[in-house]
Amino acid sequence: MEAFIRHTGIGAPLRRGNVDTDQIIPAEYLKRITRHGYEDALFKAWRDDDAFLLNHPIYKNATVLVAGPEFGTGSSREHAVWALMDYGFKAVISPRFADIFRGNSGKGGLLTAQVTDEVTEQLWQYLEAKPGAEITVDLESEQITFGSNSVQFDIDPYVRWRLLEGLDDVGITMQQLDKISEFEQKRPSWSPKTTV
Amino acid sequence: MGLTLSQKVWNAHIVSASEGNTPDLLYVDLHLVHEVTSPQAFDGLRAAGRKVRRPELTVATEDHNVPTLDINKPIADPISRAQVEALRTNCDEFGITRYSLGNKEQGIVHVVGPQLGLTQPGMTIVCGDSHTSTHGAFGALAFGIGTSEVEHVLATQTLPLKMFKTMAITVNNKLPEGVTAKDLILTIIAKIGTGGGQGYVLEYRGEAVRSLSMEGRMTMCNMSIEAGARAGMIAPDETTFAYIKDKDLAPKGTDWDKAVAYWKTLPTDPDAVFDNEVIIDASTLSPFVTWGTNPGQGLPLTGSVPNPKDITDPGERVAAERALEYMALTPGTKLKDIEIDTVFLGSCTNGRIEDLRAAAAIIEGKQIAKTLKMIVVPGSARVRLQAESEGLDKVFLGAGAEWRSAGCSMCLGMNPDKLSKGERAASTSNRNFEGRQGPGGRTHLVSPQVAAATALVGHLAAPSDL
Repeated sequence: MEAFIRHTGIGAPLRRGNVDTDQIIPAEYLKRITRHGYEDALFKAWRDDDAFLLNHPIYKNATVLVAGPEFGTGSSREHAVWALMDYGFKAVISPRFADIFRGNSGKGGLLTAQVTDEVTEQLWQYLEAKPGAEITVDLESEQITFGSNSVQFDIDPYVRWRLLEGLDDVGITMQQLDKISEFEQKRPSWSPKTTV
Repeated sequence: MGLTLSQKVWNAHIVSASEGNTPDLLYVDLHLVHEVTSPQAFDGLRAAGRKVRRPELTVATEDHNVPTLDINKPIADPISRAQVEALRTNCDEFGITRYSLGNKEQGIVHVVGPQLGLTQPGMTIVCGDSHTSTHGAFGALAFGIGTSEVEHVLATQTLPLKMFKTMAITVNNKLPEGVTAKDLILTIIAKIGTGGGQGYVLEYRGEAVRSLSMEGRMTMCNMSIEAGARAGMIAPDETTFAYIKDKDLAPKGTDWDKAVAYWKTLPTDPDAVFDNEVIIDASTLSPFVTWGTNPGQGLPLTGSVPNPKDITDPGERVAAERALEYMALTPGTKLKDIEIDTVFLGSCTNGRIEDLRAAAAIIEGKQIAKTLKMIVVPGSARVRLQAESEGLDKVFLGAGAEWRSAGCSMCLGMNPDKLSKGERAASTSNRNFEGRQGPGGRTHLVSPQVAAATALVGHLAAPSDL
């Protein structure tokens, strides 16, 4: 996984709450067996509407999405993270993220920056007043900078560390195989097995 | 201080404990796999030269993509077929038991686990599917994971996780006659909101929960994720033990006694403290349906479509306006006046035998309205066989409904069973998101009983309206 230190890019103000995973990527696109190539599926139903934010040429190269609360609610599909990243997004800013989506983002290298409702509103107003403006998300200092303003964001400290280092979980856990084996010795003998 | 059910299960699975900001490393007792969220995980294993650590704690089934008609023929959609074939190849290569289309154990992953007896109290269960919360009905800590985590579990049989906060949902008194587990969970989601459970594991308790069958408990826990909670749990009791006993993969003989003795230690201690508690009076509830495009946008069936102008929270108001536009509903319309095009009975929420029996009892000897179609999709091949042995298929077919083979079907638009643009469904599934059941489709979430009554009269209705 590529390390994430800081990123500056065009901010897209998506004034919607409850952006669920079926909106981020409809199930139809989950039939693919690859990990990449989902940019065409991102917000598919909304992109069919010419008036949708991302259809405006100014947001073609947007990399920071600013959305309303409960972003990523619904399904566990990691395809939602892949679709956002394949489109070019490096970070999503929202007052609240669904748990599974936030976890998946941390695994895939997409930064989820949590801010208050008030900060979200400030960011929306800033980006709507200056369409195509860039904002900076700095993971080291946990700050978002827009214009002359800087605000703190929240992120789980362990996820922050992993993103800064660009580490993947399996490699970290593989260093604890002896502890896993030790645990397995103590499991009850009647624990169910899938093979008879 | 005592411990809650979820804390006990969590603590019993810590392989290595958190230090500072690091998560706990938690052991996974059962990993359920399906075709949609696993292919990239198997690719990851291959790329890293890794094996599946414990294939005997892993089991796969085909559910999301599969057709519910002509299951003996090759899957017509080449992309779906390729994904199902990838699952078969991956399972065979890595030594994982799989239940493929045509096998009597095939079905929706969350119906298959419990019916085999694999789902047991006190276990940690994961699956690349958010409705894994279903298994919490047995007192297991069960939750959905993403594909990177699927790969992690395949490789290590563990997951690094930070402990969830605990929330008690205490449902006092009894549910009135005709009010179901589905009505109860839809009421809870409307009360706490789609984000109300974020970061929590919910523990459902109280008289109304204790009175539920295992099927009803599974319906409740299934939809915990719709309130934002990764997991929902119900303490195991005699109802739980009776359900598991003698299932194929349940403990037998002295192992059974040992297991039950352990399971009895799991319920939340009297002096345990939850981080949060919500109290519901079951006796005030009635059949409940959704009118909007998230599962929190619901009301009693006796109500009317709300007017967004009456909603004070600006975010909620905008969401309601959008939802009404998408759903093509006018404020003030009585919910019972909403005409329905399609009734879907099935899914991991309400596709179990008890759900089919409840709907069949209402429909028996009658005809569904000529203005709609009804499709009935058993949650698993076993449920289908059981229903057929009870003659339920004949009840549905005789009433003019369609009787299908097992799968996720119309719950999500990734197999041939889909709503078309503008089509309106009364659905026993779990999500009413825009386009969830097919692009442009409109979904009202309902219980099997409301689905059946609706099918008979053509508009949203409860059995008591018939």
